[in-house]
Amino acid sequence: MMRFLLPLAVFIVLVVFLGIGLTLNPRQVPSPLIDKPAPVFELQQLHDPSKTLASQDNMGKVWMLNVWASWCVACRDEHPLLVQLAKLGIVPIYGLNYKDERSTAIQWLKQYGDPYTVSIIDADGKVGINYGVYGVPETYVIDKNGIIRYKHIGPVTVKSLEDKILPLIKELQG
Amino acid sequence: MNYLNNYSVSSCQMSLVLALVLLLFVHMGFANEEATPVAEDPVLEKRLVELSENLRCLVCQNESLAGSRADFANDLRREIREQMKANKSDEEIIDFLVARYGDFVLYNPPFKATTVLLWLGPVLLFSGAILALVLYLRRRRSLVFEEPQQLSESQQLQAETLIRKIEKE
Repeated sequence: MMRFLLPLAVFIVLVVFLGIGLTLNPRQVPSPLIDKPAPVFELQQLHDPSKTLASQDNMGKVWMLNVWASWCVACRDEHPLLVQLAKLGIVPIYGLNYKDERSTAIQWLKQYGDPYTVSIIDADGKVGINYGVYGVPETYVIDKNGIIRYKHIGPVTVKSLEDKILPLIKELQG
Repeated sequence: MNYLNNYSVSSCQMSLVLALVLLLFVHMGFANEEATPVAEDPVLEKRLVELSENLRCLVCQNESLAGSRADFANDLRREIREQMKANKSDEEIIDFLVARYGDFVLYNPPFKATTVLLWLGPVLLFSGAILALVLYLRRRRSLVFEEPQQLSESQQLQAETLIRKIEKE
């Protein structure tokens, strides 16, 4: 009996492990920045480069930082959702225009709608590196004390908004 | 048959020549893009390659930062290069990257609570296998070298009648 039970048990354990492995997404690398202060930046604004926006300016409010680019195809997927979210006025969304051409970026916003309170320019991707960006789009939720509370990698979906992001924002604003 | 063979050889040679010519172009492409910084500072560039060979490119996850031609890898190499120019040590640069991208950028993850299984798993599996082997061999030996059992009286009788029967035949 043992002859068959033992290999069967080993096999089942193996299948369970492989099964868990299949459900994991290797692209979702957990960010070490969660619950750490958001990296400081001061960047030119997309629509008016004579003005800048600093991360410190957003102290005292809960905000979202969405990393986007006109060359980023997946950004187009999530964009209607962001536009809708902006209309609800629950939370200000700031856009980090990552490694993009200014004129194309402005054109892109005209075409697809502009959900951003302010968009800032990260032309060489340096601020992106500080935020641990490796795949656009990425979205951060930052609390009143300037702490990163959540990071979403890839396009924001209705499910991720309803299950995670919106409840968290409500809690942080509370 | 002969003709066919000749034909296939020459076509083989042709494609070999073609491949070599193509390779030449590929090489030129590489040279154009990557040779410039090496000429700038070969020592720093060598250090950069050595360091980034042990770092993972997060976009193309099975490539090292040194080998990847992704835009993202380029940016990170530039960042590392700048930090090296600013006289940062390798440890400082690795700390910088780990703080932003996590241990996942390291091909050689540190030993800590969450990676215990990763590091000790193979040792555990191996010692488990050795233990199983030893147990199996012991049991096997005791089966093979077991003292022959004494036959009971009835068994002895049975055996003797069987032997007699065979001898008669």
